[in-house]
This record gives sequence, C-alpha cells and structure tokens, in this order.
Amino acid sequence: MRLSEYTALQIKKKIISREIRPIDLVEHFIKRIKDIDHDIQAYLTINEEETIKKAAQIQKKIENGENVGILAGIPIGIKDNICTKGLHTTCASKILENFIPPYDAFVVKRLKEEDAIILGKTNLDEFAMGSSTENSSFKITRNPWNSDYVPGGSSGGSAAAIAADLSILALGSDTGGSVRQPAAFCGVVGVKPTYGRVSRFGLIAFGSSLDQIGTLTRDVKDAAILLQVIAGHDLRDSTSMQVPVPDYLNEIDSGVHGLRIGIPKEYFDAGLNEDVHNALKNALRMYEQFGAKVVEISLPHTEFAVAVYYIVANAEASSNLARYDGVRYGYRTSKPNGIIDMYCHTRSEGFGNEVKRRIMLGNYALSSGYYDAYYLKASKVRNLIKNDFDVAFQNVDCIICPTSPVPGFKIGERAKNPLEMYLSDIYTIPANLTGIPGISVPCGFSKEGLPIGMQILGKHFEEKKLLQIAYAFERETDFHMKKPVLKWSTD
Amino acid sequence: MEYEVVVGLETHAELATVTKLFCGCSTKFGIEPNTQVCPVCLGMPGVLPVMNKKAFDYALKAAIALNCKIDEFTNFDRKSYYYPDLPKNYQISQNYYNLGADGYMDIHVNGLVSRIRIHNVHLEEEAGKLIHPEEVGADYSLVDFNRAGVPLLEIVSYPDMRNVDEVESYMQTLKKILLYTEVSDCKMQEGSLRFEASISLRKKGSEKLGNRVEIKNLNSMKSVLRALEYETKRQTDSLGRGETIDRETRLWDEVNEKSARMRSKEEAQDYRYFPEPDLLPVLVDRKWIAEIKETIPELPLAKKQRFMEVFKLSDYDTSLLVEEKVLADLFEDCIKILDRPKVFCNWIANDLLREVNEKKLDIHQLPVRPKQLAALVEMIEKGTISSTIAKEVFSEMILTGNDPQVIVEEKKLTQINDEGFIGAVIAKIISSNPSAIEDYKKGKKNALVFLVGQVMKETKGKANPKMVNELLQKKID
Repeated sequence: MRLSEYTALQIKKKIISREIRPIDLVEHFIKRIKDIDHDIQAYLTINEEETIKKAAQIQKKIENGENVGILAGIPIGIKDNICTKGLHTTCASKILENFIPPYDAFVVKRLKEEDAIILGKTNLDEFAMGSSTENSSFKITRNPWNSDYVPGGSSGGSAAAIAADLSILALGSDTGGSVRQPAAFCGVVGVKPTYGRVSRFGLIAFGSSLDQIGTLTRDVKDAAILLQVIAGHDLRDSTSMQVPVPDYLNEIDSGVHGLRIGIPKEYFDAGLNEDVHNALKNALRMYEQFGAKVVEISLPHTEFAVAVYYIVANAEASSNLARYDGVRYGYRTSKPNGIIDMYCHTRSEGFGNEVKRRIMLGNYALSSGYYDAYYLKASKVRNLIKNDFDVAFQNVDCIICPTSPVPGFKIGERAKNPLEMYLSDIYTIPANLTGIPGISVPCGFSKEGLPIGMQILGKHFEEKKLLQIAYAFERETDFHMKKPVLKWSTD
Repeated sequence: MEYEVVVGLETHAELATVTKLFCGCSTKFGIEPNTQVCPVCLGMPGVLPVMNKKAFDYALKAAIALNCKIDEFTNFDRKSYYYPDLPKNYQISQNYYNLGADGYMDIHVNGLVSRIRIHNVHLEEEAGKLIHPEEVGADYSLVDFNRAGVPLLEIVSYPDMRNVDEVESYMQTLKKILLYTEVSDCKMQEGSLRFEASISLRKKGSEKLGNRVEIKNLNSMKSVLRALEYETKRQTDSLGRGETIDRETRLWDEVNEKSARMRSKEEAQDYRYFPEPDLLPVLVDRKWIAEIKETIPELPLAKKQRFMEVFKLSDYDTSLLVEEKVLADLFEDCIKILDRPKVFCNWIANDLLREVNEKKLDIHQLPVRPKQLAALVEMIEKGTISSTIAKEVFSEMILTGNDPQVIVEEKKLTQINDEGFIGAVIAKIISSNPSAIEDYKKGKKNALVFLVGQVMKETKGKANPKMVNELLQKKID
C-alpha cells in the first residue's frame, strides 16, 4: 500500500510506533501533489515550507518521547475559505487573491493544537457559491474518478484531494451541501455537523445562518476523529453552542439494531437517477438485514427548500460580501474616479459572475418593499421545513436519502444554467435550513463508474449516532476502499 | 397664516463602556488613529461579533430610565449602506425588535411640565471617522477606525416638541438622565452625544403633520436650536410664498448658519434591514430588568421635586443643585452631617459654582469632601472664622482639598474675639482718622462703615466684625 493511501487512524498508529516518520509522510504528499495535482487541480496553495518545519518539530517530539496531539503528523488540506494565519486565504476569488489572514480560524487553531499538519489550501467555488468548483477564479478541479467530470462543490478541492490521495484529511464548509455533495461525487465521507457544533470563527462567511465547517475523510472513523478535534464551543462565535462533545470513536461499532430509519417519500420521485436509486435501495436492504427498521416518512414542504435556500443564502451573502470594497484589504481597482467609482470597479473586477448574480439576487430580496414577500416569507417557510423534520424525528432515529439526485455531471454541462446547478443541492439543502447534521458515505457506483453517496440525516447534536449508523454500513461494504485509477498517475 | 412647529429628535449617545460593542478593543477617546482596532472591528473576512453584555446593560438602563416598555425578545439587525468609515458596509443595529419602545420623558419649560414620548431606544455600533487631508487637490482620504464598534445608544423621540424652548429642555433633561444613570459621558465636543432634528410646520389647529425635513450635522445644542430657528423661518417663508415643503434631509452649515439640501426623499437610502444571523436574540427576563432597575438612581426631576418639598428650597436653587449629580450628592451628604439645607444650598449653588466657573474647574474632579464643607459651616457658626474669611478658606479648599481647620491654622485666619486687642486697634484707628469722627458726629452714618472697614483692614479681616461694630459705636457715641 502506498503511504498516501492510509487512513488517519492507521497512519497515527504507525507514527506513534515510529514505523513512519512525519517528515517522510509529508514529503511523500508534497511530492505526490507536485506530480499529479496539475491534473486534479485540488490545491490553490501548498504550504510546503511550514509543513516540513512542523513535521520535523513533531518528529522531534516523538523521538524525545514527549506528548503529542491526537492528529500528530497527519496532513490535512483546508478549504481556502477557512482562515489560516500567515497563509493565503482567497475564497478562490480575485478580490481576496492576496489576502493573508493575521489570525487562524478556530478549527485551524484546534488542528494545530493537536499537531495536525496543514498541507495546503484547497480549491472551491468562489466564496463557496456553487456545486461544481467550476466557479473558482483560479482553476477548475477535476473529479479523480473521471477527469471530464466535476468533483462537486463547493468543497471540490478538498473532496478531490482525499479521493486522489493528495491528503489524508480535509476540511470543507457546507452551506447547502458543499461538503456532502462533493464527498458523494468523489467517493469519500463528508460530514456536515449540526449548526453550532463547530465554531464558524475564521470561516469566511457566505450564508451565516447556514454555514458550517465539515470534514472530508477516507472513512467514517477518520471523520469521527477529525470532528472530535474541531467540535466544541468557542467564545468568539455566539452561534456555537455549549453542548458537550462526546467521544465519537467510542462505541462507533454499536450497530443499528432496533433503530428506525426514515425514508422521505418526497425524495424518491421520478427525477432521481436510476443508478442512485438502486444504490440507495441496496443500502436500505442492508440496513434491514442489520436489524434496523425502515419506515416511510413525509417531509411535505420539501419542494420549497431550494427556493427558500436561495433567498436566505443570497440575502445573507449580499450582506456578508459587502465588506469587500477595496478600502481596507483585498483587491482594489486601479485609478478610480472617486469613492463610488472605486466601489463599483473594485467589485465588478474582483467578483466572478456567480457571486455577482447572488449578490444581486440577495439585495433584491432584502430591498424595501420586497423584504416581506421574499426574505420574511422564506424565513417562515424555513420554519415549516424545520417543523417537518421535528415531526419526522419523533418517529425515527435518522433519515436516509441520496446525497445528490445524480452521480455527477460533466465539466461545463451545467455551468450555463444556474437553475439546473441549484437543483443539484435539493437533498442537502434541508439540513442547512434546519441546522441538523448530515453525513454522506459512499454506497455504490454508477454505470459510468462514478461514486454514489448516501446521505444520513440526524437530530441536532446527534453526530455520534450518525457516525454509528454510517459505520454500520461502511464496515460491511468496500465502496469507500475503492480507489480511482489515475491514468496520469506516476506510481 | 400662523404655523405650529413640530419637532422630533434623534439622539445618539456613545455608551461609557471600557470596550467596544462586539470586540475587546478599548473605547478610549483621542488615541493615535487605528491603534484601537482588531480584525472584528475592522470587518476582516471570517470574523464574528460577540456582544458586550455591559453595553446591553447600559442600554437597558437608559431605556428603563426613559420609561420604555422592554420587550422580552430583542434582536440585532443589519443596516446596509456603503461608506468607507463603515468596515463591514453594514451597521449592526436594531430595527425589527428594539430594546425599548413607547417610553416618555417629562421636561420642564417655564415651570410647566410637558411629557415628550419616546418612540424607541436601541443599541448599535458606532462607525469610524473619515479624515480629509487639508492639502488642495489631494486624491485620497484617511479613515480612523478607533471609534468603529463603540456602543451607541439611539433614542428616537416622537414629534412632540412645539418650540425651541421645549427642544432645549428635552436635550438638557435627556443629557442629565444619561449622566445620572452613568451610561454615557455625554461629551458633545468628543461626539459622544449628538442630535439630529426633524422639523415640520402645520397650520395652527391642524392635526395633520406637514412634510418632515431632517437636519444633520448639528454639533452642539446651540446649533440644534439655531438650525431649528433657521428652518422654521425658511419653511414659513416658503409656505408663505405658496410653495410646498419637500420631504428631505438637509445639512446644517455651522459657519454660515444655514442649511442646504443633502438628499431628497427619492434619494433616501434603502438600508435592506434583516436580522443579524451572527448574533443570538437577547431574551430579557423580569429578573434582568429588576436588577437593572436597582442600579438606576433617583432621576433629576424627581430629585428636584423632593429637594423643594423636603428642604423647602426654591425652584431656582434646586435646579442648580440637580444640574449635576455630583452636586446633588454633595448637598445630600452635607445635610446628613449637619442639617442646614439652605446654608449648604447657598455654598454649593452659589459659591462652589462660581469658583468652578471662574477657575474653569472640572466639577467631577473637585477634591472637596462633604465633611470638610460641614466643618467650614460649623466654624462660621461657632465664630471661629467670619463668613468673609470662610469664603477665602472655601476657595482654597476647593483647589487643594485641604481641611478648613488646616487652612485656617496655616494662614492664621482664626477670628479675633479678644475685646482688648480689638479695642486697641479701634483706638489707633480713631486717633488717625479725626475727620471721619467729625463727619460721624455731624450725622454722617457712612463714616462708621468706613471706620469699621479700617479696623478690619488693620486686622487683615480677622477681627470679629460684630464685635468691631459694637465696640466702635460705644467708643465714639
């Protein structure tokens, strides 16, 4: 087995037992990134110098028999909308092309405390707005399973990095499915925690009431250990909750016997791709064999979720992105003619089309005279959707559905039609609107050989149960162990 | 045609917290530009606001003092507009759920009480400050973000004022309440208290409000009053010519004493308010309100009425006493030591204020203690010093904070009550002023006053004046 193929838990044992030296591990990854990432385009920045310095430090600690953090020496890729002190954080936008934050995001601080190694910053749709990573201002990331296909988005860089063994762990952010959908497209495990489970401090805001940092990993146990590190209350994020963080790995193998799994009838309609449908049916049959009971439930307001989402998310985005004005940092137009001209040109030149489209939609929805009809109405429907889930969870322990209605789509295929692109998030959006946690795990392959993801949704702060349910499936299947054949691969 | 003036005021007061509303930066005034800033108050990417509980307490205190209804649920909203001094290009404010609403404040005008209703009281963050270079043709401006994020209380009145006297009293009373509750230092010269006025005219007797004109850039209470006078005349003239008044915002030009249009109603900004998703709603329960209520002191108007009733002081005297809380407190502390309301009132309302004005002292930094003032009064009553000497001692006390006993001792100001000594001085004065004696004997009573003055002068004011008078009279009669 190649060094880069191990999971974090496997490599952790080898590092602690001194079988593998952190420095060799990171050098292996840096070489691999240099060799093959020009084809995948998962990374925007490689943190080479720091990475090697940090690996040497950890190695010394281990050699001296000192205590090390729980992610000691393990490389991680960070989505480029999560602030890293001293390291470019661009949101894949021209407007922040040269932005170097003077602070770490809460999650980055936690990773550093646990001796993880920040390998680099991964590509995304500009400001996380998109479902394909095609909206990056800098590069288009390719799906390691088929380079004609998108890796999903917006955390496409992180998902592709895990799938192509360009990192062991990765962080993404999920506003409407941006961790789970690329996880599904790339055949890896993606967790979107409960809103408030992980601090948003240092995550560059898109839709503040929806954004949540999530994990992308090779398997469920790695998701558990990474979530363990980043979860918890943070005084600097008022919306992070003071709920104790359980030990996610402990009892992860307790199975699903006696659990009730809800299947929303509205999610399995005619629009669902046949391969995806079959993979899901197969997975549900397995769960029944494991002793779970599968019951049909109804989420009657499902059809409004996408509409509500694009009002709320864009309204918040229009306000969150107002600060990129060229006054204090980031891109500024050259030779402006007065302040208004400076604003207009800076933003026209600095933002890409999708971002501009969403800012305009968001501002429209908040405008005087339209607020009640759009934003306020959307907020009310959001409550109805929340209520749907509350009612459903009175009867079931989790909800299972596809992560995405299709196994993937080709680069360029949906880029011209924003609406079609928006609909690819139909199954993931409700978790963001309601704040509940969700996980996507590999559950099969399409006829074309693209991975298919199964989504498991749980009650607020029940990540532990979700991981148990996901692991019950994973330990009996090998979808997560399949590797894409990289035709350009040098090894 | 006779018109009635209708005025409402919006007041902004910076709260006296040590740190900013949503970050830990200092709020200190007059510090080198951009040294009291952090990623949060600079609106850097990815940072989040965390509410300063103290600021909310202060805002709550002011809202309760202004008799507002306090909603159990309040929330922050984002108010969007682009301006280089606003780091996020939105201001965290309150719009849909204000912290306090439907309050009132009673004001005194010419001995009558009027009640001015308060529409709402809410909490928001301050913006930074633009600095425009003085050089001609400069193609840049500078921004100082030290002030950005300082907690700001906005108090919006109903259009309940009908003349400048009411407006002046409203501003003074409100300032006094904010000072009494210690929620703001109200230093207008530092911008910590600011007013914006809106004014409309309507025909006397009409119920319908006219089109409202908002006036900004009012840097002092005086400019508020001047701008209102100017605007009243402008609108009266305009209506007199048969024109209509546009709803607009005007800027007051302090130097030329006139206002000019800033923007019309059509150009009014759309602030696109929506609930701030980065902050949780604030739930204000009864216990919290009760705790804050406990900290609100007796307010100026109530205190004034009590002083008038309990201590039988005049309307004028009590107004002076309650003008500043420190004075009212000093007065009451003195009374507790020695029950002489009228005497202490005179010392504080007359002598103390005169000294403060003449010597330009900071009323909050006076070193004089209540027991020292009480001791001074006792010394007069016991005849240790004359009241003339007492004034001299007092002006020293107020500067140094020394005990009156010490001052009297050091300067040897003790009153001379020795009949023999005074008699000797009188004899000397009589012998050296024969013409004055002549005059007195001819019936010129003034001559006696002159002679008393000479004796006092000879004793450097220390002789007991009463004794001098009696002895002198005895001698020359």
